[in-house]
Amino acid sequence: MSAAPTAEGYTFAFLDEQTKRHVRRAILKAVAIPGHQVPFGSREMPLPYGWGTGGIQVTAAIIGREDVLKVIDQGSDDTVNAVNIRRFFARTTGVATTTRTADATLIQTRHRIPERPLRDGQIMVFQVPQPEPLFRLEPRRAETARLHALADYGLMSVRLYEDIAHLGAIAATYDYPVRVDGRYLMSPSPIPKFDNPKLHRSPALQLFGAGREKRIHAIPPYTTVESLAFEDHPFEVQRWPQACALCAATDSFLDELIVDDAGTRRHVCSDSDHCRERREAGHVGSDGSA
Amino acid sequence: MSAGTHSPPSLPPSPPPLLSARGLGKRYGARWACRDVGFDLWPGEVLAVVGESGSGKTTLLNLLAQRVPPDAGTVRYALRDDAGGTAAVDLATLSEQRRRTLARTDWGFVEQHARDGLRMTVSAGANVAERLMALGASHYGRLRATACDWMSRVELDPGRVDDTPERFSGGMQQRLQIARNLVTGPRLVFMDEPTSGLDVSVQARLLDLLRSLVDDLGLSCVIVTHDLAVARLLAQRMLVMKDGAVVEQGLTDRVLDDPQHPYTQLLVTSVLQP
Repeated sequence: MSAAPTAEGYTFAFLDEQTKRHVRRAILKAVAIPGHQVPFGSREMPLPYGWGTGGIQVTAAIIGREDVLKVIDQGSDDTVNAVNIRRFFARTTGVATTTRTADATLIQTRHRIPERPLRDGQIMVFQVPQPEPLFRLEPRRAETARLHALADYGLMSVRLYEDIAHLGAIAATYDYPVRVDGRYLMSPSPIPKFDNPKLHRSPALQLFGAGREKRIHAIPPYTTVESLAFEDHPFEVQRWPQACALCAATDSFLDELIVDDAGTRRHVCSDSDHCRERREAGHVGSDGSA
Repeated sequence: MSAGTHSPPSLPPSPPPLLSARGLGKRYGARWACRDVGFDLWPGEVLAVVGESGSGKTTLLNLLAQRVPPDAGTVRYALRDDAGGTAAVDLATLSEQRRRTLARTDWGFVEQHARDGLRMTVSAGANVAERLMALGASHYGRLRATACDWMSRVELDPGRVDDTPERFSGGMQQRLQIARNLVTGPRLVFMDEPTSGLDVSVQARLLDLLRSLVDDLGLSCVIVTHDLAVARLLAQRMLVMKDGAVVEQGLTDRVLDDPQHPYTQLLVTSVLQP
Protein backbone atom coordinates (compact mmCIF):
# COMPACT_ATOMS: atom_id res chain seq x y z
CA MET A 1 0.00 0.00 0.00
CA SER A 2 1.57 3.30 -0.99
CA ALA A 3 1.69 6.20 1.43
CA ALA A 4 -0.27 9.38 0.82
CA PRO A 5 1.76 12.56 0.40
CA THR A 6 2.82 14.04 3.74
CA ALA A 7 0.59 16.80 5.08
CA GLU A 8 2.30 20.20 5.07
CA GLY A 9 2.86 22.29 8.16
CA TYR A 10 3.20 19.39 10.57
CA THR A 11 6.24 17.91 12.25
CA PHE A 12 7.10 14.33 11.38
CA ALA A 13 4.47 12.17 13.17
CA PHE A 14 2.48 15.21 14.33
CA LEU A 15 4.01 15.59 17.83
CA ASP A 16 6.80 18.13 18.26
CA GLU A 17 10.29 16.82 18.88
CA GLN A 18 10.36 17.77 22.58
CA THR A 19 7.16 15.85 23.24
CA LYS A 20 8.40 12.81 21.37
CA ARG A 21 11.60 12.88 23.40
CA HIS A 22 9.53 13.12 26.59
CA VAL A 23 7.36 10.15 25.60
CA ARG A 24 10.44 8.15 24.61
CA ARG A 25 11.95 8.75 28.04
CA ALA A 26 8.77 7.40 29.64
CA ILE A 27 8.92 4.40 27.29
CA LEU A 28 12.55 3.70 28.20
CA LYS A 29 11.68 3.77 31.87
CA ALA A 30 8.68 1.51 31.27
CA VAL A 31 10.85 -0.98 29.42
CA ALA A 32 13.38 -0.91 32.23
CA ILE A 33 10.71 -1.78 34.81
CA PRO A 34 8.48 -4.33 33.07
CA GLY A 35 4.82 -3.92 33.95
CA HIS A 36 5.29 -0.72 35.97
CA GLN A 37 3.06 2.21 35.02
CA VAL A 38 5.13 5.25 34.16
CA PRO A 39 3.33 8.62 34.24
CA PHE A 40 3.84 10.87 31.24
CA GLY A 41 2.57 14.23 30.04
CA SER A 42 -0.13 13.05 27.70
CA ARG A 43 -0.94 15.60 24.96
CA GLU A 44 -4.17 16.55 23.29
CA MET A 45 -4.39 14.55 20.10
CA PRO A 46 -6.71 15.15 17.14
CA LEU A 47 -8.98 12.31 18.21
CA PRO A 48 -11.12 11.82 21.28
CA TYR A 49 -10.05 10.02 24.45
CA GLY A 50 -11.02 6.40 24.21
CA TRP A 51 -10.07 6.21 20.55
CA GLY A 52 -6.43 5.47 21.11
CA THR A 53 -4.79 8.74 22.18
CA GLY A 54 -2.26 6.84 24.29
CA GLY A 55 -1.36 4.36 21.59
CA ILE A 56 -1.09 7.07 18.97
CA GLN A 57 1.35 9.10 21.11
CA VAL A 58 3.53 6.05 21.71
CA THR A 59 3.51 5.27 18.00
CA ALA A 60 4.29 8.90 17.12
CA ALA A 61 7.21 8.91 19.54
CA ILE A 62 8.90 5.81 18.16
CA ILE A 63 7.96 5.67 14.47
CA GLY A 64 10.86 6.09 12.04
CA ARG A 65 11.01 6.70 8.30
CA GLU A 66 11.95 3.07 7.63
CA ASP A 67 9.03 1.64 9.62
CA VAL A 68 6.14 -0.22 8.07
CA LEU A 69 2.98 0.48 10.04
CA LYS A 70 -0.03 -1.75 10.58
CA VAL A 71 -3.04 -0.62 12.61
CA ILE A 72 -5.72 -3.01 13.79
CA ASP A 73 -8.93 -2.55 15.70
CA GLN A 74 -10.66 -5.68 17.05
CA GLY A 75 -8.30 -7.71 14.85
CA SER A 76 -9.39 -6.01 11.68
CA ASP A 77 -7.46 -3.58 9.48
CA ASP A 78 -10.52 -1.96 7.96
CA THR A 79 -12.59 -0.73 10.88
CA VAL A 80 -13.01 3.01 11.43
CA ASN A 81 -10.45 3.40 14.20
CA ALA A 82 -7.80 1.43 12.32
CA VAL A 83 -8.37 3.16 9.01
CA ASN A 84 -8.21 6.62 10.56
CA ILE A 85 -5.09 6.08 12.63
CA ARG A 86 -3.33 4.44 9.69
CA ARG A 87 -4.23 7.36 7.44
CA PHE A 88 -3.19 9.83 10.13
CA PHE A 89 0.33 8.39 10.26
CA ALA A 90 0.52 7.98 6.50
CA ARG A 91 -0.26 11.68 6.13
CA THR A 92 1.95 12.99 8.93
CA THR A 93 4.98 10.74 8.36
CA GLY A 94 4.76 9.34 4.86
CA VAL A 95 5.88 5.92 6.11
CA ALA A 96 4.71 2.79 4.36
CA THR A 97 1.60 1.13 5.76
CA THR A 98 0.48 -2.43 5.42
CA THR A 99 -2.25 -4.78 6.54
CA ARG A 100 0.08 -7.76 6.58
CA THR A 101 1.35 -8.73 10.02
CA ALA A 102 4.41 -10.39 8.50
CA ASP A 103 5.52 -7.19 6.75
CA ALA A 104 4.90 -4.73 9.58
CA THR A 105 7.62 -3.45 11.89
CA LEU A 106 5.25 -1.43 14.05
CA ILE A 107 1.72 -2.58 14.88
CA GLN A 108 -0.71 -0.37 16.76
CA THR A 109 -3.61 -2.35 18.09
CA ARG A 110 -6.87 -2.09 19.93
CA HIS A 111 -8.23 -5.29 21.50
CA ARG A 112 -6.17 -7.95 19.70
CA ILE A 113 -2.72 -9.40 19.18
CA PRO A 114 -2.31 -10.84 15.67
CA GLU A 115 -2.66 -14.60 15.36
CA ARG A 116 0.57 -14.89 13.38
CA PRO A 117 3.44 -15.20 15.87
CA LEU A 118 5.40 -11.97 16.16
CA ARG A 119 9.10 -11.92 15.44
CA ASP A 120 12.23 -10.20 16.69
CA GLY A 121 12.30 -6.51 15.87
CA GLN A 122 8.57 -5.98 15.69
CA ILE A 123 6.93 -3.56 18.10
CA MET A 124 3.34 -3.85 19.33
CA VAL A 125 1.64 -0.67 20.57
CA PHE A 126 -1.53 -1.19 22.60
CA GLN A 127 -4.25 1.39 23.15
CA VAL A 128 -5.13 1.21 26.82
CA PRO A 129 -8.27 2.71 28.37
CA GLN A 130 -7.45 1.86 32.00
CA PRO A 131 -3.88 0.90 32.89
CA GLU A 132 -4.56 0.26 36.58
CA PRO A 133 -5.48 -3.41 37.18
CA LEU A 134 -6.67 -2.62 40.71
CA PHE A 135 -8.90 0.20 39.48
CA ARG A 136 -12.26 -1.37 40.29
CA LEU A 137 -11.00 -2.79 43.57
CA GLU A 138 -9.26 0.19 45.14
CA PRO A 139 -10.39 3.65 44.05
CA ARG A 140 -7.49 5.61 45.62
CA ARG A 141 -4.56 6.11 43.25
CA ALA A 142 -2.13 6.74 46.11
CA GLU A 143 -3.16 3.46 47.68
CA THR A 144 -2.84 1.44 44.46
CA ALA A 145 0.63 2.94 43.96
CA ARG A 146 1.53 1.72 47.45
CA LEU A 147 0.10 -1.72 46.75
CA HIS A 148 2.21 -1.95 43.60
CA ALA A 149 5.29 -0.75 45.44
CA LEU A 150 4.82 -3.42 48.09
CA ALA A 151 3.69 -6.05 45.57
CA ASP A 152 0.60 -6.49 47.75
CA TYR A 153 -1.82 -8.11 45.33
CA GLY A 154 -4.18 -9.92 47.69
CA LEU A 155 -7.00 -7.69 46.44
CA MET A 156 -6.86 -9.13 42.95
CA SER A 157 -6.87 -12.65 44.37
CA VAL A 158 -9.98 -11.71 46.33
CA ARG A 159 -11.68 -10.70 43.09
CA LEU A 160 -10.77 -13.99 41.41
CA TYR A 161 -11.86 -15.92 44.52
CA GLU A 162 -15.22 -14.16 44.41
CA ASP A 163 -15.70 -15.06 40.76
CA ILE A 164 -15.18 -18.73 41.49
CA ALA A 165 -17.31 -18.65 44.65
CA HIS A 166 -20.28 -17.10 42.84
CA LEU A 167 -19.88 -18.17 39.23
CA GLY A 168 -17.82 -21.33 39.42
CA ALA A 169 -15.07 -19.92 37.21
CA ILE A 170 -12.97 -16.79 36.82
CA ALA A 171 -15.32 -14.53 34.92
CA ALA A 172 -12.87 -12.10 33.32
CA THR A 173 -12.71 -12.77 29.58
CA TYR A 174 -10.82 -9.67 28.53
CA ASP A 175 -8.34 -7.41 30.30
CA TYR A 176 -7.42 -10.50 32.28
CA PRO A 177 -4.82 -9.55 34.94
CA VAL A 178 -1.24 -10.72 34.46
CA ARG A 179 1.90 -10.72 36.56
CA VAL A 180 4.88 -9.41 34.58
CA ASP A 181 8.34 -10.79 35.27
CA GLY A 182 7.09 -12.18 38.59
CA ARG A 183 6.74 -8.67 39.96
CA TYR A 184 4.17 -6.14 38.75
CA LEU A 185 0.50 -6.83 38.34
CA MET A 186 -0.47 -5.46 34.95
CA SER A 187 -3.61 -4.85 32.98
CA PRO A 188 -2.98 -6.08 29.44
CA SER A 189 -5.53 -3.60 27.96
CA PRO A 190 -8.83 -5.01 26.75
CA ILE A 191 -7.35 -7.87 24.75
CA PRO A 192 -9.35 -11.10 25.11
CA LYS A 193 -7.78 -13.54 27.52
CA PHE A 194 -7.34 -15.68 24.39
CA ASP A 195 -4.36 -13.42 23.58
CA ASN A 196 -2.79 -13.51 27.04
CA PRO A 197 -0.50 -16.46 26.23
CA LYS A 198 0.88 -14.45 23.32
CA LEU A 199 2.21 -11.85 25.76
CA HIS A 200 4.39 -14.46 27.44
CA ARG A 201 7.99 -14.45 26.19
CA SER A 202 7.01 -12.67 23.01
CA PRO A 203 9.98 -11.79 20.77
CA ALA A 204 8.33 -8.43 20.04
CA LEU A 205 8.60 -5.34 22.24
CA GLN A 206 5.15 -4.57 23.64
CA LEU A 207 4.27 -1.00 24.62
CA PHE A 208 1.04 0.11 26.28
CA GLY A 209 -0.14 3.73 26.13
CA ALA A 210 -3.05 5.18 28.09
CA GLY A 211 -3.72 8.75 26.95
CA ARG A 212 -6.48 9.84 29.26
CA GLU A 213 -4.88 8.15 32.26
CA LYS A 214 -1.43 9.45 31.25
CA ARG A 215 0.44 6.20 31.82
CA ILE A 216 2.79 4.07 29.76
CA HIS A 217 3.78 0.53 30.61
CA ALA A 218 5.74 -2.06 28.69
CA ILE A 219 6.72 -5.67 28.33
CA PRO A 220 10.25 -6.05 26.91
CA PRO A 221 10.89 -8.96 24.53
CA TYR A 222 11.15 -12.42 26.07
CA THR A 223 9.64 -11.41 29.40
CA THR A 224 7.69 -13.84 31.56
CA VAL A 225 4.01 -12.91 31.64
CA GLU A 226 1.81 -15.07 33.81
CA SER A 227 -1.98 -14.93 33.84
CA LEU A 228 -3.30 -15.06 37.40
CA ALA A 229 -5.23 -18.16 38.42
CA PHE A 230 -5.69 -20.66 41.19
CA GLU A 231 -3.87 -23.99 41.23
CA ASP A 232 -7.16 -25.87 41.07
CA HIS A 233 -8.76 -23.39 38.64
CA PRO A 234 -6.01 -22.91 36.07
CA PHE A 235 -6.02 -20.21 33.41
CA GLU A 236 -7.77 -21.28 30.22
CA VAL A 237 -8.41 -19.50 26.93
CA GLN A 238 -11.68 -19.42 25.04
CA ARG A 239 -12.42 -22.21 22.54
CA TRP A 240 -15.17 -22.39 19.94
CA PRO A 241 -16.95 -25.50 18.68
CA GLN A 242 -17.24 -23.78 15.27
CA ALA A 243 -14.55 -23.19 12.67
CA CYS A 244 -14.09 -19.95 10.75
CA ALA A 245 -16.70 -19.81 7.98
CA LEU A 246 -14.18 -18.30 5.57
CA CYS A 247 -10.90 -20.10 6.24
CA ALA A 248 -11.94 -23.08 8.41
CA ALA A 249 -9.48 -22.09 11.16
CA THR A 250 -10.26 -23.80 14.46
CA ASP A 251 -7.47 -22.26 16.50
CA SER A 252 -8.09 -18.54 16.04
CA PHE A 253 -10.23 -16.03 17.91
CA LEU A 254 -13.67 -16.02 16.26
CA ASP A 255 -16.23 -13.23 15.99
CA GLU A 256 -19.87 -14.27 15.96
CA LEU A 257 -21.83 -12.35 13.36
CA ILE A 258 -25.57 -12.27 12.76
CA VAL A 259 -25.88 -12.08 9.00
CA ASP A 260 -29.59 -11.81 8.24
CA ASP A 261 -32.95 -10.96 9.79
CA ALA A 262 -33.62 -14.62 10.54
CA GLY A 263 -30.80 -14.69 13.08
CA THR A 264 -28.41 -16.81 11.06
CA ARG A 265 -25.05 -16.81 12.78
CA ARG A 266 -21.65 -17.09 11.26
CA HIS A 267 -18.27 -17.33 12.95
CA VAL A 268 -15.30 -15.73 11.28
CA CYS A 269 -11.73 -14.99 12.32
CA SER A 270 -11.38 -11.73 14.20
CA ASP A 271 -7.88 -11.30 12.73
CA SER A 272 -8.71 -10.42 9.12
CA ASP A 273 -5.08 -10.65 7.95
CA HIS A 274 -4.70 -14.13 9.42
CA CYS A 275 -7.92 -15.20 7.68
CA ARG A 276 -6.71 -13.79 4.35
CA GLU A 277 -3.37 -15.62 4.67
CA ARG A 278 -5.14 -18.90 5.28
CA ARG A 279 -7.54 -18.44 2.39
CA GLU A 280 -4.62 -17.61 0.09
CA ALA A 281 -2.97 -20.81 1.28
CA GLY A 282 -6.02 -22.72 0.05
CA HIS A 283 -8.08 -23.22 3.21
CA VAL A 284 -11.79 -22.99 2.49
CA GLY A 285 -14.48 -22.62 5.14
CA SER A 286 -18.14 -23.60 5.13
CA ASP A 287 -19.01 -20.47 3.12
CA GLY A 288 -17.13 -22.02 0.23
CA SER A 289 -16.18 -18.82 -1.59
CA ALA A 290 -12.47 -18.46 -0.89
CA MET B 1 2.55 -0.79 96.28
CA SER B 2 2.55 2.69 94.83
CA ALA B 3 0.51 3.82 91.85
CA GLY B 4 1.98 3.37 88.39
CA THR B 5 4.45 0.64 89.23
CA HIS B 6 4.26 -3.05 88.74
CA SER B 7 6.89 -5.76 88.92
CA PRO B 8 6.06 -9.10 87.29
CA PRO B 9 6.15 -12.13 89.54
CA SER B 10 9.61 -13.66 89.59
CA LEU B 11 9.12 -16.95 87.78
CA PRO B 12 12.36 -18.83 87.10
CA PRO B 13 12.86 -18.94 83.25
CA SER B 14 11.19 -15.77 82.06
CA PRO B 15 10.86 -15.45 78.28
CA PRO B 16 11.70 -12.07 76.76
CA PRO B 17 8.73 -9.70 76.37
CA LEU B 18 6.85 -9.90 73.08
CA LEU B 19 6.20 -6.21 72.87
CA SER B 20 7.68 -3.42 74.91
CA ALA B 21 6.87 0.24 74.79
CA ARG B 22 9.08 2.92 76.31
CA GLY B 23 8.23 6.59 76.66
CA LEU B 24 5.67 6.31 73.88
CA GLY B 25 3.88 9.52 72.95
CA LYS B 26 1.80 11.11 70.22
CA ARG B 27 1.03 14.76 69.89
CA TYR B 28 -1.71 16.44 67.88
CA GLY B 29 -0.72 20.08 67.65
CA ALA B 30 0.30 21.18 71.14
CA ARG B 31 -1.81 18.54 72.85
CA TRP B 32 -0.38 15.16 73.76
CA ALA B 33 -3.01 12.55 72.94
CA CYS B 34 -0.87 9.94 74.59
CA ARG B 35 2.25 10.56 76.62
CA ASP B 36 5.11 8.64 78.17
CA VAL B 37 3.55 5.20 78.05
CA GLY B 38 5.80 2.30 78.94
CA PHE B 39 4.99 -1.37 79.52
CA ASP B 40 6.02 -4.89 78.58
CA LEU B 41 3.66 -7.44 77.10
CA TRP B 42 4.68 -11.05 77.67
CA PRO B 43 3.92 -13.98 75.35
CA GLY B 44 0.42 -15.33 75.99
CA GLU B 45 -0.59 -12.35 78.08
CA VAL B 46 -3.72 -10.28 77.65
CA LEU B 47 -3.40 -6.62 78.54
CA ALA B 48 -6.43 -4.40 78.84
CA VAL B 49 -6.22 -0.65 78.33
CA VAL B 50 -9.09 1.09 80.08
CA GLY B 51 -10.04 4.70 80.51
CA GLU B 52 -12.77 7.10 79.61
CA SER B 53 -13.51 8.38 76.16
CA GLY B 54 -10.73 10.70 74.94
CA SER B 55 -8.11 9.35 77.32
CA GLY B 56 -5.81 8.25 74.48
CA LYS B 57 -6.58 4.52 74.49
CA THR B 58 -7.12 4.19 70.76
CA THR B 59 -4.16 6.45 70.00
CA LEU B 60 -2.01 4.16 72.11
CA LEU B 61 -3.30 1.14 70.23
CA ASN B 62 -2.59 2.77 66.88
CA LEU B 63 0.91 3.65 68.04
CA LEU B 64 1.58 0.09 69.12
CA ALA B 65 0.22 -1.33 65.88
CA GLN B 66 2.38 1.13 63.89
CA ARG B 67 -0.63 2.72 62.29
CA VAL B 68 0.52 6.20 63.28
CA PRO B 69 4.12 7.26 63.76
CA PRO B 70 5.03 8.16 67.36
CA ASP B 71 6.30 11.62 68.30
CA ALA B 72 8.27 10.17 71.19
CA GLY B 73 9.44 6.82 72.43
CA THR B 74 9.92 3.42 70.90
CA VAL B 75 8.06 0.13 70.45
CA ARG B 76 10.16 -3.01 70.37
CA TYR B 77 8.78 -6.31 69.17
CA ALA B 78 10.23 -9.83 69.38
CA LEU B 79 10.38 -10.63 65.65
CA ARG B 80 10.60 -14.25 64.63
CA ASP B 81 13.89 -14.88 62.86
CA ASP B 82 14.77 -17.60 60.38
CA ALA B 83 16.44 -19.75 63.02
CA GLY B 84 13.12 -20.14 64.85
CA GLY B 85 14.09 -17.86 67.71
CA THR B 86 13.09 -14.29 68.29
CA ALA B 87 14.98 -11.02 68.32
CA ALA B 88 13.65 -7.75 69.69
CA VAL B 89 13.71 -4.96 67.12
CA ASP B 90 12.65 -1.34 67.18
CA LEU B 91 9.60 -1.31 64.90
CA ALA B 92 10.35 2.20 63.67
CA THR B 93 13.50 0.87 62.00
CA LEU B 94 11.63 -1.66 59.87
CA SER B 95 10.80 -0.86 56.26
CA GLU B 96 7.17 -0.23 55.39
CA GLN B 97 7.13 -3.55 53.57
CA ARG B 98 8.37 -5.47 56.62
CA ARG B 99 5.83 -3.71 58.84
CA ARG B 100 3.03 -4.52 56.45
CA THR B 101 4.04 -8.17 56.28
CA LEU B 102 4.27 -8.26 60.05
CA ALA B 103 0.85 -6.65 60.39
CA ARG B 104 -0.82 -9.22 58.19
CA THR B 105 0.96 -12.34 59.35
CA ASP B 106 2.13 -12.11 62.95
CA TRP B 107 -0.43 -9.54 64.08
CA GLY B 108 -4.15 -9.06 63.97
CA PHE B 109 -6.16 -5.90 64.40
CA VAL B 110 -9.80 -6.18 65.38
CA GLU B 111 -11.56 -2.88 64.74
CA GLN B 112 -14.29 -1.48 66.91
CA HIS B 113 -16.67 -1.44 63.96
CA ALA B 114 -16.53 -4.68 62.00
CA ARG B 115 -17.29 -2.72 58.84
CA ASP B 116 -13.88 -1.06 59.07
CA GLY B 117 -12.05 -4.36 59.27
CA LEU B 118 -14.04 -6.31 56.70
CA ARG B 119 -14.63 -6.01 53.00
CA MET B 120 -18.37 -5.66 53.07
CA THR B 121 -18.94 -6.35 49.39
CA VAL B 122 -17.08 -9.64 49.07
CA SER B 123 -18.07 -12.98 50.51
CA ALA B 124 -17.24 -14.12 54.03
CA GLY B 125 -14.95 -16.77 52.56
CA ALA B 126 -12.92 -14.22 50.63
CA ASN B 127 -12.70 -12.04 53.74
CA VAL B 128 -11.19 -14.85 55.74
CA ALA B 129 -8.94 -16.04 52.92
CA GLU B 130 -7.63 -12.62 51.92
CA ARG B 131 -4.56 -12.63 54.14
CA LEU B 132 -3.60 -16.09 52.94
CA MET B 133 -3.99 -15.04 49.32
CA ALA B 134 -1.88 -11.94 49.90
CA LEU B 135 0.81 -14.29 51.17
CA GLY B 136 0.64 -16.30 47.98
CA ALA B 137 -1.77 -19.17 48.72
CA SER B 138 -3.33 -20.04 45.38
CA HIS B 139 -5.34 -23.21 45.80
CA TYR B 140 -9.02 -22.27 45.75
CA GLY B 141 -10.27 -25.50 47.32
CA ARG B 142 -7.87 -25.29 50.25
CA LEU B 143 -8.52 -21.58 50.79
CA ARG B 144 -12.23 -22.25 50.93
CA ALA B 145 -11.78 -25.17 53.29
CA THR B 146 -9.65 -22.99 55.58
CA ALA B 147 -12.31 -20.28 55.46
CA CYS B 148 -15.05 -22.76 56.39
CA ASP B 149 -12.91 -24.17 59.19
CA TRP B 150 -12.31 -20.73 60.66
CA MET B 151 -15.96 -19.81 60.35
CA SER B 152 -16.93 -22.80 62.43
CA ARG B 153 -14.20 -22.01 64.96
CA VAL B 154 -15.79 -18.61 65.55
CA GLU B 155 -19.23 -20.21 65.68
CA LEU B 156 -20.43 -19.04 62.28
CA ASP B 157 -22.34 -21.37 59.99
CA PRO B 158 -19.85 -22.49 57.29
CA GLY B 159 -22.83 -22.83 54.98
CA ARG B 160 -22.84 -19.04 54.74
CA VAL B 161 -19.30 -18.87 53.39
CA ASP B 162 -20.51 -17.25 50.16
CA ASP B 163 -22.71 -14.62 51.83
CA THR B 164 -21.40 -11.09 52.08
CA PRO B 165 -20.89 -9.65 55.59
CA GLU B 166 -23.62 -7.13 54.71
CA ARG B 167 -26.07 -9.92 55.40
CA PHE B 168 -24.58 -10.84 58.78
CA SER B 169 -25.68 -9.43 62.11
CA GLY B 170 -23.35 -7.17 64.09
CA GLY B 171 -22.13 -9.95 66.35
CA MET B 172 -21.56 -12.26 63.39
CA GLN B 173 -19.62 -9.55 61.58
CA GLN B 174 -17.41 -9.11 64.63
CA ARG B 175 -16.74 -12.85 64.79
CA LEU B 176 -15.99 -12.90 61.08
CA GLN B 177 -13.53 -10.08 61.60
CA ILE B 178 -11.83 -12.09 64.31
CA ALA B 179 -11.59 -15.14 62.03
CA ARG B 180 -10.14 -12.99 59.27
CA ASN B 181 -7.42 -11.81 61.63
CA LEU B 182 -6.58 -15.16 63.15
CA VAL B 183 -6.30 -17.14 59.94
CA THR B 184 -2.54 -16.56 59.61
CA GLY B 185 -1.88 -17.71 63.18
CA PRO B 186 -0.77 -14.36 64.62
CA ARG B 187 1.03 -14.13 67.96
CA LEU B 188 -0.29 -10.68 68.84
CA VAL B 189 -3.77 -9.28 68.35
CA PHE B 190 -4.81 -5.67 68.92
CA MET B 191 -8.46 -5.14 69.68
CA ASP B 192 -10.22 -1.80 69.77
CA GLU B 193 -13.38 -2.12 71.85
CA PRO B 194 -14.33 -5.41 70.18
CA THR B 195 -17.56 -5.82 72.13
CA SER B 196 -18.97 -2.30 72.18
CA GLY B 197 -22.00 -1.78 70.01
CA LEU B 198 -23.22 -5.32 70.58
CA ASP B 199 -26.10 -6.18 72.85
CA VAL B 200 -25.33 -7.81 76.16
CA SER B 201 -26.06 -11.45 75.35
CA VAL B 202 -24.06 -11.22 72.12
CA GLN B 203 -21.25 -9.54 74.06
CA ALA B 204 -21.18 -12.40 76.50
CA ARG B 205 -20.91 -14.99 73.73
CA LEU B 206 -18.21 -13.02 71.97
CA LEU B 207 -16.22 -12.65 75.19
CA ASP B 208 -16.56 -16.36 75.80
CA LEU B 209 -15.32 -17.07 72.29
CA LEU B 210 -12.43 -14.63 72.64
CA ARG B 211 -11.38 -16.16 75.92
CA SER B 212 -11.31 -19.68 74.54
CA LEU B 213 -9.47 -18.59 71.38
CA VAL B 214 -6.88 -16.73 73.41
CA ASP B 215 -6.39 -19.78 75.62
CA ASP B 216 -6.28 -22.30 72.77
CA LEU B 217 -3.95 -20.33 70.55
CA GLY B 218 -1.77 -18.82 73.26
CA LEU B 219 -2.39 -15.36 71.83
CA SER B 220 -1.06 -12.17 73.28
CA CYS B 221 -3.59 -9.37 73.16
CA VAL B 222 -3.83 -5.69 73.77
CA ILE B 223 -7.50 -4.89 74.27
CA VAL B 224 -8.75 -1.35 74.44
CA THR B 225 -12.03 -1.15 76.30
CA HIS B 226 -14.05 1.15 78.48
CA ASP B 227 -15.86 -1.83 79.95
CA LEU B 228 -14.22 -3.01 83.16
CA ALA B 229 -16.08 -6.32 82.96
CA VAL B 230 -14.34 -7.10 79.67
CA ALA B 231 -11.01 -6.36 81.31
CA ARG B 232 -11.85 -8.52 84.30
CA LEU B 233 -12.91 -11.44 82.11
CA LEU B 234 -10.11 -11.45 79.54
CA ALA B 235 -7.07 -9.61 80.83
CA GLN B 236 -4.38 -10.63 83.24
CA ARG B 237 -3.05 -7.13 83.48
CA MET B 238 -4.42 -3.69 82.83
CA LEU B 239 -3.39 -0.11 82.20
CA VAL B 240 -5.62 2.72 83.32
CA MET B 241 -5.34 5.85 81.19
CA LYS B 242 -6.44 9.39 81.84
CA ASP B 243 -5.68 12.46 79.74
CA GLY B 244 -3.17 10.58 77.62
CA ALA B 245 -1.13 9.21 80.51
CA VAL B 246 -1.10 5.88 82.29
CA VAL B 247 -2.22 6.58 85.87
CA GLU B 248 -2.13 3.03 87.13
CA GLN B 249 -1.11 -0.39 85.91
CA GLY B 250 -1.03 -3.81 87.48
CA LEU B 251 -2.71 -7.18 87.69
CA THR B 252 -6.36 -6.86 86.74
CA ASP B 253 -7.73 -8.26 89.99
CA ARG B 254 -5.45 -6.05 92.04
CA VAL B 255 -6.38 -2.89 90.12
CA LEU B 256 -10.08 -3.61 90.20
CA ASP B 257 -10.26 -4.81 93.81
CA ASP B 258 -7.77 -2.40 95.28
CA PRO B 259 -7.56 0.68 93.06
CA GLN B 260 -4.83 3.09 94.15
CA HIS B 261 -5.24 6.12 91.95
CA PRO B 262 -8.25 8.36 92.63
CA TYR B 263 -9.30 8.17 88.99
CA THR B 264 -9.25 4.36 89.04
CA GLN B 265 -11.26 4.39 92.23
CA LEU B 266 -13.80 6.61 90.52
CA LEU B 267 -13.87 4.32 87.48
CA VAL B 268 -14.40 1.20 89.57
CA THR B 269 -17.16 2.72 91.65
CA SER B 270 -18.94 4.11 88.56
CA VAL B 271 -19.85 0.66 87.27
CA LEU B 272 -23.57 0.11 87.38
CA GLN B 273 -24.74 -2.93 89.23
CA PRO B 274 -28.03 -4.36 88.00
